[in-house]
Amino acid sequence: MIRLALVLLALAGPLRAEKIVLGLSQDSVSITASFDGDDILIFGAVSRDAPEPMDQGGLGVIITVSGPDLPVSVFRKARRLGIWINTDEVEVDRAPSFYAVATSGPLRDVLRDTADLRNSITIPRAIRSVGSTMSDSEAFTQALIRIRTKESLYQMQEGAVDLEQDTLFRTSFRLPSNLIEGDYLARIFLTRGGRLIDEHNTVIPVQKVGLERWLFKLAHEEPFLYGLLSLVLAVGAGWAASAGFAALRR
Amino acid sequence: MQLYLPIAEVSVNIFLILGLGGLVGVLSGMFGVGGGFLITPLLFFIGIPPAVAVATSTNQIVASSFSALLAHLKRRTVDLRMGTVLLIGGLIGSSLGLILFNYLKSLGQVDLLVSLFYVVFLGIIGGLMLIESINAILKSRKPGGKRKPRRHHNWIHNLPLKIKFRVSGLYISVIPPLLVGLLVGVLSAIMGVGGGFIMVPAMIYLLGMPTKVVIGTSLFQIIFVTAYTTMLHATTNYTVDIMLALLLIVGGVIGAQIGTQIGLKMKAESLRILLAMLVLLVCGKLALDLLLQPSELYSVTMAKPS
Repeated sequence: MIRLALVLLALAGPLRAEKIVLGLSQDSVSITASFDGDDILIFGAVSRDAPEPMDQGGLGVIITVSGPDLPVSVFRKARRLGIWINTDEVEVDRAPSFYAVATSGPLRDVLRDTADLRNSITIPRAIRSVGSTMSDSEAFTQALIRIRTKESLYQMQEGAVDLEQDTLFRTSFRLPSNLIEGDYLARIFLTRGGRLIDEHNTVIPVQKVGLERWLFKLAHEEPFLYGLLSLVLAVGAGWAASAGFAALRR
Repeated sequence: MQLYLPIAEVSVNIFLILGLGGLVGVLSGMFGVGGGFLITPLLFFIGIPPAVAVATSTNQIVASSFSALLAHLKRRTVDLRMGTVLLIGGLIGSSLGLILFNYLKSLGQVDLLVSLFYVVFLGIIGGLMLIESINAILKSRKPGGKRKPRRHHNWIHNLPLKIKFRVSGLYISVIPPLLVGLLVGVLSAIMGVGGGFIMVPAMIYLLGMPTKVVIGTSLFQIIFVTAYTTMLHATTNYTVDIMLALLLIVGGVIGAQIGTQIGLKMKAESLRILLAMLVLLVCGKLALDLLLQPSELYSVTMAKPS
């Protein structure tokens, strides 16, 4: 088994003659009180042991950034007795809470379907929906993509990766303000003629800091205390305002 | 100026939230309603997740009602005995309502039910109040027209367990106020509101309380029921956003003081017409949402990570 793997690796060797060297504008994203979205710059270079192979098709770079995978429910409304109500539901097992794809050229030129299928690169491939009994569950997945695209949570940017002289590449992603916490995965794919020749992954932790972190932890770890705190603050603010107005009137 | 909310996990404009709190605060002071039936839909509209909006608005109602209640206590327009009876009913009702809410949630149609509750209750209450107020104004305008005394005897006065409510000038059974409190408690748990818009008319028309004590007394009941609901949300769903609540409160307490002053200067009848129209407006908006075809037929809900 190990020998077979070694042979395969040796065969794969020549294909990996081009490799990714990566840089990021920041290692992590901090959610502070004034957080209003963030830009992440991803850049890098293609390093080569040999001259660029020109006979295997053009070079392509695809970069994806994905947030934590979570199950979601997608509902569809229909008219019943004159009012619009949720009638059908499809549960999507795993859908990334954030997903952005940027490519160096038109998608069909830089990525073949087989490579997309194997690595779940494009948005529809990144959503996993199995075991649905609904006959048109495809429509629900499309609706999920449409709704999240409108909220900038899903982004498809064909041609947004600048590729200079087939060596240097760079792109930037806009992270919207409605981000959720977690480890965000950045994947960089190098393709030639639509076939994958190298992949590089890196994790960008997105975390609340300072007061945001403290409140979030308190709310989840000491919910009773947190509830009391919010009530005390509410009553305190109410009383302070009342007293302030009374003093003003005097 | 943007602020990221730690529990809602969205970034909001500080002044938008302050203004929203202020607007609802003015209404709270004027009419004695907590304003939950306005603030919750408004929070949905600016993109706060529904669960957080409901839980946080109950917290905001505690604060805005508290400053308004202090103003009423000073003027001695609170019937504490009546308030306590309503409160006992309210706490029982809120607990029952939560059980019902969770049952409907398991059926998967809770959104629809909440909307239907809003439309039905706001429609009935708003319509009745509007008709009654217009009639009262028309009668008072007629020269020499005598005003009908509101406290007529009916079946309510034949029930047992009578108690004297001195501030309200009533000697009635505790059963009707207990039931009113209970109903309001159920509704507040299901609709995520204080319930003033149900309780105020019920106190006027059903219990026959004088309008001047109705507002202060309903505020008294609302504060404790919403505080109870806030604790339930904070400990079971972790959906109370303290930052969002504080912003709403700062806007709301200022608005409530202004609203109380406006309420004092206006006639009870015109006050009631205004409240009736406001209630009907919200009802109409929600009814249209149910009746018209939505532009997006699909909706996405995050399943709870277990």
